[in-house]
This record gives sequence, C-alpha cells and structure tokens, in this order.
Amino acid sequence: MSSAAANPQHQVSAAREALLELRGVAKRFGAREVLKNISLNIASGEFLTLLGESGSGKTTVLRLVAGFEQPSAGEIWMRGQRLDTLPAYKRRVNTVFQHYALFPHLSVRENVAYGLRVQKTSATEIGGRVDESLRMVKMQEFAASRPSKLSGGQQQRVALSRAIVNRPLLLLLDEPLSALDANLRKQMQSELKALQRELGITFLFVTHDQEEAMALSDRIALLRNGALEQVASPREIYAHPATAYTAQFIGQTNLLRGEILDGRAKCGALQWPTDGPSGAAIFSLRPEAIRLASDAVAPPGTARFRAALQQQFFSGASELLEVDCGGGQLLRVRIPARGPLSGEHEFVFSAAEAIRVQE
Amino acid sequence: MYSRAYKTLVSLPPLLWVGLFLLLPYALMFAHSFWAVHEGVLVHQWNLHNYVTLFSKPVYLGVLLRTMRIAASVTLCSLLLGYPLAYYLSFHARARKELLYQLVIVPLWVSYLVRGYAWKTILGSEGVLNGFMQYLHFTHAPVAFLLYSPFAVVLMLTHIYTPFVFLPIYAALEHIPRPLVEASHDLGAGSVQTFLRVILPLSIPGLLAGATFAFVLSLGDFLAPLLVGGASGTMIANVVQSLFGAAYDLPLGAAISVCILIITISLLFLSERLEKRWSFK
Amino acid sequence: MSGHTPTRRAPLLTIYSVLVFIFIYLPVAVLMLYSFNRDGVGGFPPRHLTLEWYRLLFADAPIWDAVGNSLIVAAGSVALSLTLGLLAALALDRATFPGKALFRRLVLLPLILPGIITGLSLLMFAVFAGAQLSLLTVFLGHGTALISVATTELFAGLQKMDHAQEEASLDLGATPWQTFWRVTLPNLKLSLIAAGLLIFTLSMDEIAVSFFLIGRDNTLPLEIWGRLRRGITPEINAVSTLIFAVSVALIVIWYRVRTRGLGSDAQELLERLQQDA
Repeated sequence: MSSAAANPQHQVSAAREALLELRGVAKRFGAREVLKNISLNIASGEFLTLLGESGSGKTTVLRLVAGFEQPSAGEIWMRGQRLDTLPAYKRRVNTVFQHYALFPHLSVRENVAYGLRVQKTSATEIGGRVDESLRMVKMQEFAASRPSKLSGGQQQRVALSRAIVNRPLLLLLDEPLSALDANLRKQMQSELKALQRELGITFLFVTHDQEEAMALSDRIALLRNGALEQVASPREIYAHPATAYTAQFIGQTNLLRGEILDGRAKCGALQWPTDGPSGAAIFSLRPEAIRLASDAVAPPGTARFRAALQQQFFSGASELLEVDCGGGQLLRVRIPARGPLSGEHEFVFSAAEAIRVQE
Repeated sequence: MYSRAYKTLVSLPPLLWVGLFLLLPYALMFAHSFWAVHEGVLVHQWNLHNYVTLFSKPVYLGVLLRTMRIAASVTLCSLLLGYPLAYYLSFHARARKELLYQLVIVPLWVSYLVRGYAWKTILGSEGVLNGFMQYLHFTHAPVAFLLYSPFAVVLMLTHIYTPFVFLPIYAALEHIPRPLVEASHDLGAGSVQTFLRVILPLSIPGLLAGATFAFVLSLGDFLAPLLVGGASGTMIANVVQSLFGAAYDLPLGAAISVCILIITISLLFLSERLEKRWSFK
Repeated sequence: MSGHTPTRRAPLLTIYSVLVFIFIYLPVAVLMLYSFNRDGVGGFPPRHLTLEWYRLLFADAPIWDAVGNSLIVAAGSVALSLTLGLLAALALDRATFPGKALFRRLVLLPLILPGIITGLSLLMFAVFAGAQLSLLTVFLGHGTALISVATTELFAGLQKMDHAQEEASLDLGATPWQTFWRVTLPNLKLSLIAAGLLIFTLSMDEIAVSFFLIGRDNTLPLEIWGRLRRGITPEINAVSTLIFAVSVALIVIWYRVRTRGLGSDAQELLERLQQDA
C-alpha cells in the first residue's frame, strides 16, 4: 500500500520546502518492474533513509536521482527544476558510493579535487576547499596517500569528503557503512549525523539495516518490491507500523492473527478489549510491551495470560523470552534482565500496545 | 601433503626435457654468437668479432633501424585500431558485447599464413584492389607500389596484430569498476573528461601489454617480408635467415638473434615494470 | 542493479568500430570469394564462379600428403606437450626446487620470443646432435615449444581446483596414485581438452619453427609456402578457405568447452603470459 497520504507526519515534512520531488516514478529493466509509481518528497536539510531488503528497489531510486539510470515513467524535480532530463554530471547531486569508488590512480587530495577540477574551478579555490573538506572528515594527514593504502573507514571518509567538497544540494549515500565492521560503523554513524548537522546538506541515505535507519534518519521510507510501504519518522514507524510487513521489518514483533468480536480481540489464548470493527484482524505486539505480571488482578484495559517458558536468551540489559501461551501459540517477550526463569508465569500487556496492522 | 617422491616424479621429466630441448638450444645459439666461420668451417674460437661486425657495418644497422621503424608503425596502427574497438566493445556494445568479442578473437586462431596470403592477393599489381580501382576507373594502369614495400608489411602485420593488441586493452577496460565511471559523472565530468582522467589512465597497463606484444612480435617476423615485403621491406630476421641459408655465417646470424632476443626481453621487462607502476591494485 | 551509466550514443565510434571489423574480416572474405573465381586470384569483379579449384585441390596428392604430415605432427605434439605440460604444471603448483622461477620463465619463452629464434636454436641443436631433419624434428620442435601453452592452461586449472578434494581423497584412504587418477585428473578434464585443442590448432598452423626444422616431407603450411614462391593460383585460396573453415570449427568447439565453466579465457591466458614474461 502507499501510505504517503495516510501518514500525517509525511505531510508535515512536505509542508517544508521540498528540495526533491519524485512524481510517479517507475523503472523497468526489460520485463522486470523494479520500481512502481513512487511519489516522494524530500525536504531541504532532511535526513531521509530509503530502507528495504535487497531487491526492494532502494538503490534504483538513488541511481535515478544521481542520473545513472533514466526513469521509465514519472518525473524527478529538484527546487522547481526538472532533474531527470539532465545528465549525471550536470546535477547538483553527489554520491557516496557503496564501495567508495575512489579513483585508484589519484591521491586522496586529487580524488577530492576531482569534481572541482573538471568544473574548471580556479587552482587557489580548489586548494582551499579541498583542505577544508579533508579537515571536516579528519583526513588532512592522508592527503598524499593513495586510496589503496587506506583502511575501509579512511576510504569512507575520503569518499564523503570528495562528495561534499562540491557543495551538492543533495548528498546520496548508497549503503556507505555496509563494508565496515560493527564498531567502526557505530562511530561513522555518529560522525555522519554530526556532519549533516554541520553542513546542513540534505541526505538521501540507502540501507538495508533498520537499526541504522532508525538511529540516523529524520524520516524513513520503507520500500517493498519496488513500492513504498510506509514513510514516517523512526518513532512513528516503530510505534505505529501500518502493515504487518513494516511491523516485522522494523524491530522485532509478535504478529497476532485473530478476530474482533463485540469489542474484544481474540487471538488463540489471548483476549483483550478493543474498539475496532468486528472481523478478522492482525495485531502487532512488540516483545517489550509484554511484562511479567506483578499484581494478582489485571487492571482494566490490559490482557493477562499464563504461559510456559520455552527458551530464554540473555542479552545484557534485557532478556528475550519465548513463551507458550497454550496450544503451541508462541510469543516473544522482552523483559529487563532478571536471572534464569523456568516453569509457568503470568504475563500482562496493555491493550493499547496491540497495534492493528494491514496485511 | 605431497611426498618427496611425488614432487620428484612430477618435476624431473619436464625439467630434464626443457633443459635438453630448450635451455641447451638457446645456450647453443648464445655460444655460436661468439664463434666464427673460416672458409665455410665453424671455428670454436671465443671472440666478439660478430658483434663488432654487426654494429660497424651500416647495412646491418640500417636493416635493424628499418625493422624498428616497421615494428613501431605496426604498434601504432594496431593501437589506433585496437583501442577504439576495445573501448567501443567495453562501454557501448551492451547486449552485443559477447558476440563482438568472440568475433575479434576468432582471427587470432586463424592461420597466419592464410591471413598474410590474403593480403598478397589483394595488393598485387594483378590483385583485387587494383582490379577494383580500375573497375571504378580510379586508375587505368595497375598501381605497383602497393605490394612488395614496407607499407605492405606494416599493413599485413597490423592486420595480424590488431586482435592481439585489442585483447589486453579490452581486458583492462573491462576491469575498470563501473562505479568509478559513475563517480566521475557524478562529480561533474562529461564523457571526454571521464575518458581522459579516469578510463585512459586506468587502461594503461593493457595498452602497454598490447603495444609490447605488437612490437616484439613484429620485430622478429621474417615471413611477412618474404610474403609481401620485397627487397625494400626486408627486416632483421630475414638477414638472420639468409645468414643461416645461402650466406652461411651461423655465428653472425646467431649474434643478430641474440640481439633480437635481448631487445625482446628488455622490452618485456620494461613493459612489465611500467605496467606495475600503472596498476593500482 | 544491472544498469550501467546511460551511455550516450556514439555514432562516430560505432562507425569506426565497424570499419575496424571490416579491416579484420575483409581480407579473408575476399580470399574465400576468389577461391570460386575461374579467372584467377585477382581482378575485379570476380566472374564465372566455379568449384574447379576445389576439384583440383582434392586431386592434388602433395597437398594431402602434407595434410597427413601436419595431422601426425599435431597429434604427436598434443600428446607430448600435454604430458610434459601436465607434469610441469604439477611441479609449479606443488613442488619446490632450485631454479623454479627460472624454469617457469624458460618454459614460456617459445610463446614470447619470435619464432625464428626458437626455430634457429633448435636447428643448431639438431645439427649439434647430428640429427637428420625430418618430420620428427618438427614434431620435437612443436611439442617442446607448445609445452608453454599446456603448462599455462593446466597450471590455471590446478590453481582453480579445490585442494581439499585431494586431501579428502587421501583422508578416505586412497593412495596418492589413486588420488591423481580419480580426483586430480578428472578435475583437469576441461583444461586438458581446451589445451589440447589449442595446441592442435597452433601446431597445424605453425610455420616459423617448422621452417627451420623441416626435412623432405612438408607440413601443410610449408607446402603452401613453397607454392606461394612459385606463383599463386585460386587453388591456394581454396585450401586457405578450408583451413579457415576448420580453424573456425575448432574454435567453436574450444569455446563450447570453455563456456561450460572451467578453464580460463583466451584473454586470461594472454594476461598470464604477460605476467609471467
């Protein structure tokens, strides 16, 4: 489903000055439809993440905006000007490539200067801007090195520096952190975010890593099979996933398939009050929404159930439980770490936490 | 994991064979170049006489220089034909790429003699080209200078070595990661700038390899001059061949061969060095 | 994602490339066309198409003797250079011995050096050894020079092979000898076929080395060479056309073997030669 209209957050952002507009963009490679009718606005100064599995079309969106591919249908506009008819080298858009794509025959400094040189910028200006750009990514001391002599993280910084030195209106980042190890990745995430604030450049970021998307973005556009599934801020998309797919893709969840009858939702052994219309329904219930019951009686508006512990996974501050609420209905429960458990326990969750989602 | 016996068993036969049938013959050639012939008899007397003759008689140096000139022309022409073709295939041929690639490769395995002979039938004064020109009334009498000239040698060798030159250049172009080309466009460079600043520098190892092939292979060729070169198209290997035949001076021929060998190996060595310098893995 | 940067049409480059293709193929096409021309190898346009030259060719005993000689030499060279090339490739892959680097370069020299140098060196060796020049010397020359091709191909095949397979075989109780026949050799099958075809083609066409080692019996290229000196007739066009057709047929087979997945490409072969040089 296209939830752009159904999403209040999206309209708020779009009300700001739209830097980039995708209007009904579609892309086919031969008979394969990679993108279907994508409409999306990106506000000036925004950090928007295209999130999706591999093959969802997220990279294609990026390549269309960069000018490496032509849309099969639809238009792309930037600041009131048609963008998709311009060749890549005339767009004020720069890209940080997935594997950096640094020119191996040029030094770090020459790599960064490349864009300015080909645009016939004066030598003195090139010198100043290159230094400034290298300083921003803390790579001044490597200016004379060849890219092959640098570590992955350092190459990443050079790629970033090479893109921002051209002062693009929009910076495209194609899974830029995917090749880095976990620690470096966290560090680069924080530096990226700081850099974006400092520069005020709009970022269009592509990743398949939902945690990264949540940590960095102002808004997330979730793509599924070439269509937009949901566009919303990280908090909104986590708290109110529109579809079962979104709920499962963003964070962990329990998908409960059941039915609503006379103001009560029923799903296997679980029951709770709800105000939705009667009929079949799917709910998303986050593991951390379920607690071990402390009181003897369930307060109104909550659901209480008894379940047997199957597995317990310790993960530091919290632990994940897999419990059987009867008849093989398994639920995942995340609770603060509290030591080994066994046997049957009482659990409780607030009815408001069971979010009704579309298929 | 492999036993000493296994290693000996696989190493010894090729080592002995190559030692006997390759190393020894090459060494023999080297030795001959320091011997001499007196009244038709080989004398095993070590001296540098042959090399002195070679570098003091203008006739040998002249032929050597002409050979170099011809080889250089062949190299240049093959590059001028092979590079754009490789560039076209790598960057513009899209779906037809695979088929076209095979089409360039096929002539590589087709008889040298057949291809050389084809030129002879085309360029001769009774040949196809002259017939064609007279048919169109461009000329009335046959043009004789086409065949039996250095031009014909260059043409024939260029024809033979263009696919050779194409191969490593195409391989080098194919190895250029396409994101680099996209990055260049992304940073504001058009097609020409991208070619000059990214594609050309990154294809230099292939270009050097191709050029070296064409030059070295042309340098030692003696069949093309015999086939289409005539007297004015004689090359250094023809001199060697005649010294081994009619003129019977094995030692001098061997000395010239050693020179060709030294030039060849130095060029290969130099080209390898330069290629390393221009590869950025 | 599959796409490349959208490249603009390059009409000039396309036209130029078509011209290069014409340059590469026109001579052979002309040669083939004139093999059907009654009035000889030149002139324009070709008139009176005929199969007369092919009839003459098929009745030409010396040509067919030469074809027989070439086939014998080529088959022998395949056997000789594959055997020695296989051992050499195994040695380079698995053994260490003094002068290994030198050996690797030496084996490849005949491919890199002009044919005249290898040919003359072998001739001197034959004279030195007091050997009579004959088809045998040509066969020894080809077989030795083409070890380079076999070694390159088979070494590449060995490098691509998973050595754990051989370890598994030994682990399961097979002797090294059994492992060689049951694991190593089957793994190299495609490389062996590809190398064999290549060596066969190269030997059938070889002229520079044969030129110096030939005795009284000619190989096919040398028989043609001899006739070229005496003046040319469309019969030579006819035999060239047939050689071309057979070469192309062999290439097609060769590619079939190649594209089934194993072995290397012609371009890789050249690259490796370059690296080893």
